[in-house]
Amino acid sequence: MTTSWARTRAHTGWELRLLLRNGEQLLLVFIIPAVLVVALGLTKFVSGGIDSAIPRVLTISILATCFTSLAIATGFERRSGALRFLATTPLTRVNLLTGKALATAIVTSLSVLVVLALGGFLGWRSGGSWPLALLIALLGIFTFASWGLFLAGALRAEAVLAVANGAFLALILFGGIIISPAQLPVGMGSVIKFLPSAALADGLTVALAGPTTSVELLLPACLLAVWGAAGALLARHYFRWE
Amino acid sequence: MSQTALQVDDLVVRYGVFCAVDQVSFSVAAGQVTALVGPNGAGKTSTIEVCTGLRMPFSGSVRLFGRPPTELAARARIGVMLQLGGLYPTAKPMEWLTYLARLYSDPADPGTLLRSLGIDPKTKTATRRMSGGEQQRVKLAAALLPQPDLLFLDEPTAGLDPAARRDLLAALSTLSSEGAAIVLTTHQLADVEEIADFVLVLAAGHLVASGTVAELVGAGNTMSFRATAGLDLSTLAKALGAGFEIREARPGQYLVNGLTSPQLLADITKWCAANGVQATEIRSGARTLEDIVIEATRGQK
Repeated sequence: MTTSWARTRAHTGWELRLLLRNGEQLLLVFIIPAVLVVALGLTKFVSGGIDSAIPRVLTISILATCFTSLAIATGFERRSGALRFLATTPLTRVNLLTGKALATAIVTSLSVLVVLALGGFLGWRSGGSWPLALLIALLGIFTFASWGLFLAGALRAEAVLAVANGAFLALILFGGIIISPAQLPVGMGSVIKFLPSAALADGLTVALAGPTTSVELLLPACLLAVWGAAGALLARHYFRWE
Repeated sequence: MSQTALQVDDLVVRYGVFCAVDQVSFSVAAGQVTALVGPNGAGKTSTIEVCTGLRMPFSGSVRLFGRPPTELAARARIGVMLQLGGLYPTAKPMEWLTYLARLYSDPADPGTLLRSLGIDPKTKTATRRMSGGEQQRVKLAAALLPQPDLLFLDEPTAGLDPAARRDLLAALSTLSSEGAAIVLTTHQLADVEEIADFVLVLAAGHLVASGTVAELVGAGNTMSFRATAGLDLSTLAKALGAGFEIREARPGQYLVNGLTSPQLLADITKWCAANGVQATEIRSGARTLEDIVIEATRGQK
């Protein structure tokens, strides 16, 4: 029998192959973040210019890849019966989910590299802590991937498409990414800062901005961990192969 | 004694309060082709789903080579062709099979397999752009890829043209002669008559009849033929001699009850020739498998 790792590698390769040649996914994962780096970096739409724009666009990259793209792709795999067929093969649920997670992590890394390269080209330099930024990014990946899989596993494909795209736009505009919770009316801002999108944007902003301590990142990290755990529990309970 | 590939005992499948499969038991030996037949909603697909590990039974047990269907060692030995879906719409057949081959320790060669089923391995066409028959063949290739010891096929000939259907049945016969057990569901009873060693008739979740095709149609003691209605059967009775009862069951359908033999067939055709009777169908058995299935399932609806 093939080893578990061999099956996981096979599925990771398969996911990457499908994802990297899907035009809509490429738009979502690479083109939109790249356009946003340029647009936000060169305009005064967000205060702080390129230094403020990069953490926000990184948040959008993670949101696009780990939530929207993953949810839509998985939702349509469910509808086509492909996941159902795979459930009859030696590919286990752990192999499948690990393969998806690895492929998503690889694509997210590529998306982040594109954003950072464009940011560097536009004059952005980080004065913060890369390890802490990586930790926050990993928590963000876990959180949004778990919610993406919950959505994909619980709703019909068409509903996943609508909800994933709707939530993507809503979180970018009103989820504390483009507009910081501090800039919103008091009541609204105090609620929005607890959203995972705001926590990720805040965490990356603090981690990449300048000298920082772990304590400053405690709240965003805890918020992401709680949202991630909740998404994982929901996905575990409600995810259906068909 | 041949090895038992599949053992189903007192299987019950429920969807809420609805009982889809009720106390069904059967077994399938290595090299045996078993057909599950019955009307829509009979419980055929639910049975297959439990046998392939896609659904948990409400009660009862299913064993593949002595192991639960969800166990990896069992899954590595089966091939499955689902009734609905089962393909990545954007994938090309060769890349799909190449990926699947990496999940098994001793898979068939994807290119050779596709070619044998009439699909060009070099095709750039995604499966969603293929015809229904081509998609069926790609699904069959995926089911055959592991070189399975036990193959589950849910409506395998649906959407196939006559030539492709014939090729598929031939491939299944070859596979079973090589020792693989095959379980298939179908509404095409001609396919069942052609390749099934054993037939299970399901209706409303119950197993209402089972046996070989010959046993089900009563082939051991009856011959039937179709011809013009209202024939004078006294001369046929005289030609066949004692030990046979002859009657017109329905207008144009004649039954000869008695011990069937090649000589009986010869005597009937000789009588037809002598009396200018154009028999359109002479068969062993009083009824077709279709008659049996309709009759067996009528009371269950």
